[in-house]
Amino acid sequence: MSEALRIETPLTQEKIKGLMAGDNVLISGVIYTGRDAAHKKMVEALEQGADLPFPLNDQIIYFVGPTPAREGQVIGSAGPTTSGRMDAYSPKLIAEGLTGMIGKGLRSQEVINAMKEHGAVYFGAIGGAGAIISKCIISAEVIAYPELGTEAIRRLTVKDFPAIVVIDHCGNNLYEIGKEQYRKP
Amino acid sequence: MIRKESAANEIEGIRNMGGKRVKEIQVAEIILAIEKLCIESNYNLGVDIMRGFKKAMRDERSPLGAAILERLIENAKVAEEESVPMCQDTGMAVIFVEVGQDLHIVGGLLTEAIDEGVRRGYEKGYLRKSVVKDPFDRINTGDNTPAIIHYDIVPGDSMRLIVAPKGFGSENMGGIKMCKPSEGLEGAMRFVVDTVDRAGGNPCPPIIVGVGVGGTMEKATFLAKKSLLREVGRHNPEERLARIEEELLNRINRLGIGPQGFGGVTTALAVNLEVYPTHIAGMPVAVNIGCHATRHKEIVLQGRIGR
Repeated sequence: MSEALRIETPLTQEKIKGLMAGDNVLISGVIYTGRDAAHKKMVEALEQGADLPFPLNDQIIYFVGPTPAREGQVIGSAGPTTSGRMDAYSPKLIAEGLTGMIGKGLRSQEVINAMKEHGAVYFGAIGGAGAIISKCIISAEVIAYPELGTEAIRRLTVKDFPAIVVIDHCGNNLYEIGKEQYRKP
Repeated sequence: MIRKESAANEIEGIRNMGGKRVKEIQVAEIILAIEKLCIESNYNLGVDIMRGFKKAMRDERSPLGAAILERLIENAKVAEEESVPMCQDTGMAVIFVEVGQDLHIVGGLLTEAIDEGVRRGYEKGYLRKSVVKDPFDRINTGDNTPAIIHYDIVPGDSMRLIVAPKGFGSENMGGIKMCKPSEGLEGAMRFVVDTVDRAGGNPCPPIIVGVGVGGTMEKATFLAKKSLLREVGRHNPEERLARIEEELLNRINRLGIGPQGFGGVTTALAVNLEVYPTHIAGMPVAVNIGCHATRHKEIVLQGRIGR
């Protein structure tokens, strides 16, 4: 595995241009959680012209719904959920300035087109590795939609959060490249 | 007075079916067992899967794929040592119950007891409550109930409980096809391989592929789900079916999907096939995919002689 690149949030357009599909990264700084229900609410807010819970510009959304934290824990297990369920919403958020998404699994062509047009990166975290991923999260605070429970939007501070660039801002896709490399007829 | 006595005799007669006293089990014992299994299955990876990971690490040609397998092994160790869930999707509680037909369940209703066990286990174990009451309104029930319960009546006077929490990253990628008999074995295999190919990295590979063929539509899907309980590395005892499992595993691992879908030769750790008699006009083929943790834990509770 290649040497990891360290990136700090906010994820600016300049930083995005240095990331290529297949790159190993360690992300540090503030990121936000959001999954199905929170995405639906954010897109509804945009359509109604209402304010979003946080400004999307140059930010990263991590698709996750953590388990409850025990006493003394920052957060429970917190691995990525399947990103494809956010495909209906992501292009609208990317158009509003979102530059990074962390999740697992395939994305639609509409999402990839929006990423290329506006400049955004899709990172993969290891699905099902929630116990070790939670160790990279040093603070967590619910900032919106608390009624959604695990699906509420949280502001996380992460330190060296391990991820892989799956789809870069040019549309290069590790899922296709990797599969092609090892596929046998 | 006379009537009361005859009723008592009748009850005694039932208790002494065939000269054998009926054994009993208290629902309180079932509640505790379910609670414990919900927690254990989410914290502790099966030893068969750990063995599968280690074997896959030796075989995996992609350096990134091998690195991911190493992280999954580390994750399982941390979850066990620190008593935390391996994955944040602690699943919908799928529970298989095999009830001995000579066992009498006392102290409450069995289904309510199972749901109570799930409620307690998900709360005490700090597991995520992922169940919504209605598929359209989508309001969380707050306690991860109801469980999905599959009952089976078996000979004997004990009760086997299997708790298999199912995450939906993998559950969403399954499928069923009502194949035509003319499609044959080849058609059935093609559907299985195509289903895995379409799933890509979504179900958290390396996966366990459960396949049910035959029966009716719901029977095939049930068999596919139930086959995920089988120990990884153990083939169907029927030689002919074991060979089909091997062929499917081989084809699936040639797809190139690899650990997490980033490319590699370890897409599945096992393919488990179960078949059942079916109708002259049909060949249902169901695929239920289990993620790399494919959690399940079980216990057998013995009945005791009643009062």
